[in-house]
Amino acid sequence: MATETAVDVVMPQMGVSVSEGTITKWLKREGEQVEADEPLLEISTDKVDTEVPSPASGTLVQILAQEGETVDVGTKIAQIGGSGGAPAAVPAAPEPEPAPVAEAPAPAAAPVPAAPVAPTPPPPVQEPGGNGKFVSPVVARIASEHGIDPNAIPGTGRGGRVTKQDILAFVEQGPAAAPAPAAPAAPAAPAPPRAPQPQAQAAAPQAGETVEPVSAMRRGIAEHMRRSVDTAAHVTSAIEVDMSKVVAARETLKKEYQSAYGVNPTYLAFVARAAVDTLKDYPYINGELRGDSIVTRNYVNLGIAVELAEGKGLIVPVIRNAEGLNLLGVARSIADIAARARDKKLLPDDVQGGTFTITNPGGYGTFHGTPVINQPQSAILGTYALVKRPWVVTDENGNDAIAIKPLMNITLTYDHRLVDGAYAGRFLRDLRQRLENWEGDGG
Amino acid sequence: MPELTYLQAISDGLRTEMRRDKRVFLIGEDVGVYGGAFKVSLGFQEEFGPWRVIDAPLAETAILGACTGASMMGMRPVAEMQFADFVSCAWDHLVTVAAKQRWRAGTPVPIVVRLPSGGGFSGGPFHSQNPESSFAHIPGLKCVCPATPEDAKGLLISAIEDPNPVLFFEHKHLYRRIKSEVPEERYTVPIGKARTHRIGRDISLITWGAMVYTAEEAAQQLENDGVSVEVIDLRSVMPWDKAAVLDSVRKTSKVLILHEDTRTGGFGAEIAATIAEEAFEDLDAPVQRIAAPDTPVPFSPPLEKAYIPQVDDVVAGLRNLAEY
Repeated sequence: MATETAVDVVMPQMGVSVSEGTITKWLKREGEQVEADEPLLEISTDKVDTEVPSPASGTLVQILAQEGETVDVGTKIAQIGGSGGAPAAVPAAPEPEPAPVAEAPAPAAAPVPAAPVAPTPPPPVQEPGGNGKFVSPVVARIASEHGIDPNAIPGTGRGGRVTKQDILAFVEQGPAAAPAPAAPAAPAAPAPPRAPQPQAQAAAPQAGETVEPVSAMRRGIAEHMRRSVDTAAHVTSAIEVDMSKVVAARETLKKEYQSAYGVNPTYLAFVARAAVDTLKDYPYINGELRGDSIVTRNYVNLGIAVELAEGKGLIVPVIRNAEGLNLLGVARSIADIAARARDKKLLPDDVQGGTFTITNPGGYGTFHGTPVINQPQSAILGTYALVKRPWVVTDENGNDAIAIKPLMNITLTYDHRLVDGAYAGRFLRDLRQRLENWEGDGG
Repeated sequence: MPELTYLQAISDGLRTEMRRDKRVFLIGEDVGVYGGAFKVSLGFQEEFGPWRVIDAPLAETAILGACTGASMMGMRPVAEMQFADFVSCAWDHLVTVAAKQRWRAGTPVPIVVRLPSGGGFSGGPFHSQNPESSFAHIPGLKCVCPATPEDAKGLLISAIEDPNPVLFFEHKHLYRRIKSEVPEERYTVPIGKARTHRIGRDISLITWGAMVYTAEEAAQQLENDGVSVEVIDLRSVMPWDKAAVLDSVRKTSKVLILHEDTRTGGFGAEIAATIAEEAFEDLDAPVQRIAAPDTPVPFSPPLEKAYIPQVDDVVAGLRNLAEY
């Protein structure tokens, strides 16, 4: 057992701008066997919570970073295999550098016919040593020729490495093809108040208080929410929608979708589908104020806010090119990203590049809200509880009557810097018309 | 155009030159009455007579000594080593005398040494080697390794024309397995010029000799993965077509070098080093090599199969690069 080659487990880089991660749970104990690619631990970063697969098969000899600890990307957090021997007797003080075993017996002098040497397998991609990913010579050259930071490009190579093709595509298509920049240019006008630094140590806990460390995800959310409110001029408009036709369509489709596809056509899927259609006529709502420019798109990358279990945070995975999905496609995509968000199976790319977001707090019965815009987007749609309410309807003879209708409140919170109130109002009107006139699967 | 096997194309090239140029003669073990161990010179003695198709004693030094002397007297000798492996007996004459004569005394030494090389038929350690890198290391010697019948004929004629000692590595495993159209007339294929066997975009696969066919099969499999592999057949390893290799590398930025010779000090090392020196800023992945392990060639068929690079090995190497 002590003769295996030691393999270091390091905190992985889970996204371009992520520099540290928190260990939330070790799935193996010291001394346990682990197979290559078997989930070894769970980590939390400010982008995603995810499982980390084991880089090698062997014995988990030593865990160097305990649950709850936050360490920089690239930091060694465990060792698999090798003659690490028994875990350090005094776990409190981790040794600075577990010395490599130098005492392995020197190989006997080679016999006269040299021992056969097996062909060396091609080396694996070097794990990123520091903060950035490995940049190959050709990528470095192209980056310097075009004045690009290669770390700002999404990579498709091994371990997310930026390949030559990636950077050439980036050069060709321009930065618009890249995921949304992490931080949009701050408005030039009055300097926004600095976000309160969550890490600033508060006074010692008083009687009755419980103190827990801020998770990486919570810190990310705190920073983002504060920055959004400091950046956008938030305004919320609401509209009431008669969902009778959607309710009827859903009743018809539900059985078919569930038996044929295993997908539940939720009300959220209907609203998302109608909203994506409506966005075509309202490009600013799907747009972005980027510095001195207004950016609009011919596609919708639809973010869906998903709550993680036990109030551990919120994540907004993105359905790419939602404009190309029918109702079934939207329903299926929502189910997929929601499941992966809860199972911590999202990849960094899944949470980047959104152009418009829908949040659905209606499940708990709330009938109105004012969500915060997901920067650098310009608007967020809120959907609320579907409730039966008395509603004035006019029959064909012009007589008013009160009927019982399933009604849903829908809000649009928009950035008034880019989107005006009348524009937002027309968007909501068109969205309502689509939902109130829904037929079948919506085409 | 007639279809010739690789072996027939070599015979055809040799016969063409012997008919055209009276200075050209063949010498080797059993090349005359018997027609050569592999029957390359079958019928030659009948056509050209025993003084131009000479059965030599089992003495490679004597064969190459005779060739060197005859060439200095104006002849154009072609020597056949029964197996490439046996040329080591003549190392001194080839390396110390023939390779250096032109530098030392200004006298050209236009000899051709035909070297049936390569494995794949359980020939074991003495009948299966690919020693081209040993000789490519010696200034003054040229080394050619044709893969196709057309190149075999054209390169043999170029080798006979060349004023320097040329080692002509003919791969035994291709002799009767490979057949294609070969022009009837006399033509030459320039020594030191590579051939793009297959055009590709994503990975350059540099090889020569019998490995060209292994490379081609692997490249076809990668095409199913959507990866486009360019196969460069060097045709000559000394001089080798640096420009063609560097052009391909600049296009694809990923390189796999494949040879049947052993790995350490194999000619692939020279190519890899040159790419690192001259195309470093064009690389998007580490330069990779696939070669035989550093052992003698085994007799046992399963061991030999494990020893000689196979299509699956090359596919795995290419996939590794594609995913990098």
